[in-house]
Amino acid sequence: MINNSLKISKYCHISSDRVLVNGKPFIENINGLDNKSFLKHIYKSIEIAYSKFFKMDEISKLGFLAVEILLKDINLSVYNSEDVSIVLSNSDSTIDTDYNHQNTINDYENFFPSPSIFVYTLPNIMIGEISIRNGIKGENSFFIVEKFNAEIVVDHINSLFLTGKAEVGIGGWVNFHQEKYEAFIYLASKNGNINHSASEVNKLFNLIT
Amino acid sequence: MEELIDKLKLQIIEQLNLEDIEPEDIDADEPLFGTGLGLDSIDALELIVLLEKEYGVKIQNPKDGQKIFYSLKTMAEFIQENQ
Amino acid sequence: MVFFVADNIVSSLGMSTKQNFKSLLNGNTGISVVENNDIYNEPFQASMINDNVLEEHYNLISKKYPYSNIKHTRLEKMLIVSVDEALSKTNIDITSHKTGIILSTTKGNINLLEPDKRNSFATNRVSLWKLGEVIKKFFGNPNMTIVISNACISGVLAINKAAMMIQSEKYDNVVVTGADLVSRFVVSGFMSFMSLSSDPCRPFDKERNGLSLGEAASTIILSSDPNGNSIRYRGGGSANDANHISGPSRTGEGSFIAINKALIEAGITSSDIDHISSHGTATPYNDEMESVAIDRHNLNKVPVNSIKGYLGHTLGAAGLVETSILLEEMRMNTLIKSAGFENLGVSKDISVITQTQETEITTCLKMASGFGGSNASLIISKVGNDK
Repeated sequence: MINNSLKISKYCHISSDRVLVNGKPFIENINGLDNKSFLKHIYKSIEIAYSKFFKMDEISKLGFLAVEILLKDINLSVYNSEDVSIVLSNSDSTIDTDYNHQNTINDYENFFPSPSIFVYTLPNIMIGEISIRNGIKGENSFFIVEKFNAEIVVDHINSLFLTGKAEVGIGGWVNFHQEKYEAFIYLASKNGNINHSASEVNKLFNLIT
Repeated sequence: MEELIDKLKLQIIEQLNLEDIEPEDIDADEPLFGTGLGLDSIDALELIVLLEKEYGVKIQNPKDGQKIFYSLKTMAEFIQENQ
Repeated sequence: MVFFVADNIVSSLGMSTKQNFKSLLNGNTGISVVENNDIYNEPFQASMINDNVLEEHYNLISKKYPYSNIKHTRLEKMLIVSVDEALSKTNIDITSHKTGIILSTTKGNINLLEPDKRNSFATNRVSLWKLGEVIKKFFGNPNMTIVISNACISGVLAINKAAMMIQSEKYDNVVVTGADLVSRFVVSGFMSFMSLSSDPCRPFDKERNGLSLGEAASTIILSSDPNGNSIRYRGGGSANDANHISGPSRTGEGSFIAINKALIEAGITSSDIDHISSHGTATPYNDEMESVAIDRHNLNKVPVNSIKGYLGHTLGAAGLVETSILLEEMRMNTLIKSAGFENLGVSKDISVITQTQETEITTCLKMASGFGGSNASLIISKVGNDK
């Protein structure tokens, strides 16, 4: 029998106080670092050298790191780069970066909009950053929902898979608003033990809370 | 001039988020783009903002940036000539 | 099968696709000099919706739907007017659970971040999911609005998503609507990128020097039932350049892949395409990149236009606005000339339309590209001309 459904083989969570891989503690924020510092701490801990990281806004850093951790020890090169899709979602789009840009343009006496802030005021820029880092050229989509909604992401990745537009899906949720941030990223492919269904993905998402 | 160049080094590192670069890593005569600093087209636009914000010097045509941002020295010269 | 059953454009050139198309036939552009200190402290070129016309249309409609009676923002009014006009041409029940809504936008109610507007609406009104909720509540739709925010390819992605939703048989009809404003937020951002043209933008022309912004709302309704219409969705795709977050790939990589995916799903080859609606922003790099992608697919002889010389870059609405025009071009069998174009200014030999002309059009390609290295495309054709 042909196996025509996707499975989840790996997933990663990042919150303000820890990083989980497959639900197990990976990095803890034991020193109570603030958001920015904890992201930098994660970057250092996973021992990568990628100076572009420091140019990203905070939400892109968050999504980027979650995917870095997810794809560590995973060989994506067995797939065609066009067949790897990235389907992400969140609630607050890029609101913190939006305020950063807005603050540079409120007053014409002190009016210095910055291209390197403005470019990050689109949530799919993190998909671009992840794609550049990993050479991924597949389908892109960013959905905005009030609360995490597994069905939206799962349905989309499954449809891409069933219509032959993707073989692999990197799916999840990356939200960053004021003091709170949360990332949940999973890998869906033909390999794995967990069914790629909305109910299973919901269970995995809730592991961090 | 020396003083201006040293100040520019710090401002560029800060403004372009060159977290892993130290001021002494940047040579005043070396090309800023296409070498070790890994700067791109957004950084070039960001340098235009920096000159306007910190030195009140405006660049109207982004194409002029190529010459002005060739090195720290050319940048400093441009600031001195136009301030 | 998935059919295109109704569409609408709300812009500076009119409140329906027909009105907009009439201006295009006459060669009129909606882009003009804007002097509005609230948006920018120097004059700039853009296509802006007239407030009085918008209010007039909105006031007529607001009484038609009894489901919510909240105050609406300017952007919400644009969306409401657009959805209503498109719906009015169909028998589709928007209150049915088999009718879905997709919203495509980059920045939604972003002008509510301006200090003097922050207190006029609740804080969460700037959230894009909230915008989706406001629209569905106005029309009494029971489903959660699916909101797509993927830079300038949002509109094309949203149509592709709608087709997927109908093909999955969860929905019979999907109302895809999108809008973005010409706001201080966006104008100053593009100014910092030095990518705004000093004159109305000139896609693919030698003298092009940047884009013009435009504000618009646009709606396209797709259905499993043709409702007497004869244009159907054939395929779509998206792809990432994996190259740079703001500059398009010089090899047109993502755009090439996105077109390829659409061709494969449609089950046709590039030789079956007889008209292309490009993204055509008129920035030097975008148009050059698109010419490379068109060339790589051997589409050099296929008439191509960009609608942005008429309506500017309408961001999250662009894919919907330009697909609506494409649908009307097909219905009228008329190719619209690419406004602002005189001399080819890209490296590949492509066939930019210089004269509006009548000709049989059966199978069309829509292209889109945006920040984040994103690209998307879709293919539509007339029933009975299926290749």
